[in-house]
Amino acid sequence: MDPTKKTLQPYVTGSSVLAIKYNEGIIVAADTLGSYGSLARFTDLQRMSKVTNHTLIGGSGDISDLQQIQKTVESLILENTGFKKDEEPLTPKEIQQYISRVMYNRRSRFDPLWNHIIVAGYQNNESFLGAVDIFGTFYEDNTIASGFGAYFAQPLLRKGYKEDLTKDEAIDLIKTCLKVLFYRDARTINKFQIAEVSEGGITISDPFELETHWEIADWQEGHL
Amino acid sequence: MQLIQQSKQESLPKSKEINQPQFFPYTNNQGSCLGICGEKFAVLATDTRMSMGYSIVTRNATKYLKLTDKCVLVSSGMQADIETLHKILKARLTIYQNQHQKPMSTPAISHLLSRTLYYRRFFPLYTFNVLGGIDEDGKGCVFSYDAIGTLERVRYSASGSGSALIEPILDNQVGFKNRGDITDKTGFLEEDEVVELAKDTLTSTCERDIFTGDFVHIFVVNENGVREEKFELRFD
Repeated sequence: MDPTKKTLQPYVTGSSVLAIKYNEGIIVAADTLGSYGSLARFTDLQRMSKVTNHTLIGGSGDISDLQQIQKTVESLILENTGFKKDEEPLTPKEIQQYISRVMYNRRSRFDPLWNHIIVAGYQNNESFLGAVDIFGTFYEDNTIASGFGAYFAQPLLRKGYKEDLTKDEAIDLIKTCLKVLFYRDARTINKFQIAEVSEGGITISDPFELETHWEIADWQEGHL
Repeated sequence: MQLIQQSKQESLPKSKEINQPQFFPYTNNQGSCLGICGEKFAVLATDTRMSMGYSIVTRNATKYLKLTDKCVLVSSGMQADIETLHKILKARLTIYQNQHQKPMSTPAISHLLSRTLYYRRFFPLYTFNVLGGIDEDGKGCVFSYDAIGTLERVRYSASGSGSALIEPILDNQVGFKNRGDITDKTGFLEEDEVVELAKDTLTSTCERDIFTGDFVHIFVVNENGVREEKFELRFD
């Protein structure tokens, strides 16, 4: 077998994606960096994308694999809606299952897609938040964080989550987590996008910066 | 061109692999399962914690499959493989139902599962299964497996990350091992006793096994069908 045809290690990578459910939808967030090892190579990549009017996918890991998945899902949607516009579009759950089977197939061929994909959707008055990993493992939860965020943001998201969380509270919480990640994860830059998935559809914000305070770094041991 | 390729291949040392990082296709998502059979029923239980490394990925994962009204499967190991196995079994049972106009019997399912696992002998499904229910005679049955399909009909079994903590409790409480007070070692426990035992066993297990916790799904299979219960464990 020709080893060059496989993703044996990821090249251009994206860091964490964060997501949390709120009372009438889901907030998803990620930064816009594509790292080439430790080099901040691409600084204006969008790692979240709308795949149907109700479903958004975001991903960390290898960027080229992520873009490949986005294309695969887009063609799946096209196949299912091209001639049957009146029918119900694919549900977020179905899209997650599809991605899971693709990922599982690739891992079984020892040729994985090096990603952790987050699927967020709002359809028929119901929120859906799920994820798929490199092995095809899939799960649903009220809060999800991939990459470094699994260690830094997930505990904060779980602590802040409640059943009747409002949109503003959710956005504030997500912004706090993004800030923590920017301070501590060297593969995150201060340029983020927040996506809202709700009854009204999907909106992905323009990239923005968060206010940071580096003067407190003077108290950090070893910081000059 | 072919000649060049051939000579290149021959010049490589045959016994050694070319040194390159290889993707490792397995992961263990941990969790515990157990199955206990009574005279005319079986109880199966599994926790809902899913881990990756030392992280809890979700506290609400399911890893069971209701196969028929008389048969339930609980599995631990790698979630993606478990889900694949469950999908295969579900499809096979649908085909059986359509062809025979009746659901498959529990002992037949036990062999189907064994063969499904052994079919993947050289690229195994990383799953550790406990199958339970009632057989054609209405007797309780539990089947224990390894990842490659070794099958044994047992009176009780445990699998997964907490199995080493569960099995000795069941040996004593269900198998009546080292019990001077009990002379009839072939007896069975009553249904409510077994359900309470399953709860106590898993509650004890999650005190010491960090990969077991959050909730338990309990299934009681008897002549009336499958009854499901959800029970809380440590949430830490």
